[in-house]
Amino acid sequence: MNKSFLLAAALLILTLCACNSSDQNNKLPILGSREPITKEVDGKTVVDTLYKSIPAFEFLNQDSLPITGKTFDNSIYVADFFFTSCPSICPVMHRNMLKVYNKYKGNDEVMFLSHSIDTKYDTPSVLKKYAEKLGVDGKQWQFASGTKETIYGISPEYMVFAEENDQVAGGYEHQGWFILVDKDKHIRGAYNGTDEKEVDKLMKDMDILLREYEK
Amino acid sequence: MRNKLLYGFFGIITVCILIVSCQSSEEIQQARYYVNGKMAYETHCQNCHGAKGEGLGLLIPPLTDTTFISNNLNSIAGMIKYGVSGEMTINGKVYNGEMPAETHLTPVEITYIINYIGNSFGNKIGLYTQDQVQRDLSSSDN
Repeated sequence: MNKSFLLAAALLILTLCACNSSDQNNKLPILGSREPITKEVDGKTVVDTLYKSIPAFEFLNQDSLPITGKTFDNSIYVADFFFTSCPSICPVMHRNMLKVYNKYKGNDEVMFLSHSIDTKYDTPSVLKKYAEKLGVDGKQWQFASGTKETIYGISPEYMVFAEENDQVAGGYEHQGWFILVDKDKHIRGAYNGTDEKEVDKLMKDMDILLREYEK
Repeated sequence: MRNKLLYGFFGIITVCILIVSCQSSEEIQQARYYVNGKMAYETHCQNCHGAKGEGLGLLIPPLTDTTFISNNLNSIAGMIKYGVSGEMTINGKVYNGEMPAETHLTPVEITYIINYIGNSFGNKIGLYTQDQVQRDLSSSDN
């Protein structure tokens, strides 16, 4: 009786230790669809996995300068979809995003990309004013404006739902996900941007992801 | 003589009890408004103004400017119901956004919200009655 109790206790302690230490060499999963591809390496045919990645894009940022996938090549980034006159979840999302931004401010391995889904009203100058009022300057946080086709074309690639809808307040319906993208444009995490706990998790995961690139 | 003293004594005590009980019923009402106000605030105001009334950058003003709140006490009901636009200075900073109207809110709900905001985030306006809100609203009706 006593022995088995001791054994159980030891097992429990071991498991707890294992759980704790696994956080250190934890790796984030790659989200999205994947397909096998065959390619030739040294004359042999091998099968590899092709992971879903964010396709090439081009938008105008808040300074009316073009931004593309290349802009984000040397950094991990957090993407979201919003619009400046949004009366519902956007203020909460950007209050939380601001927290993440302030944590990584000045870290050139971390960037932010907010797409405006109001392609009529949110011109670069409107986005610039919005960014300034939010307290954001510099290039680390990019506010993208594009055409209806490009913006609504890219949102499903981030697995975020967005559409024009007259029935909802503000005229646009969208989800408040924060999407974590690595340097190879793979999606490594999705977090509810209106939930403080999930945003804390995002910051933890960003540290884990950044560790992958440490040499 | 002795009876008179006794009557006087009980009379005073009765008056005291009445005053105390009046005060506490007012306090009870204020507490009730405050609790209901917290719920209404979370539903209608918190997205933009934040759980601590902190606002958001220069986009959305905070609700922590106690001087502004007490100086504009009679306009707040109208602001909540009919929205606000144009410049306003809060805590020394200029805001120029737009607060959407919430015309679906009833005077009772607005009373709850004013009692919550007015007694949170550093503000201390005490009880704000529903009659007062009705008067504020009818003067800002247009």
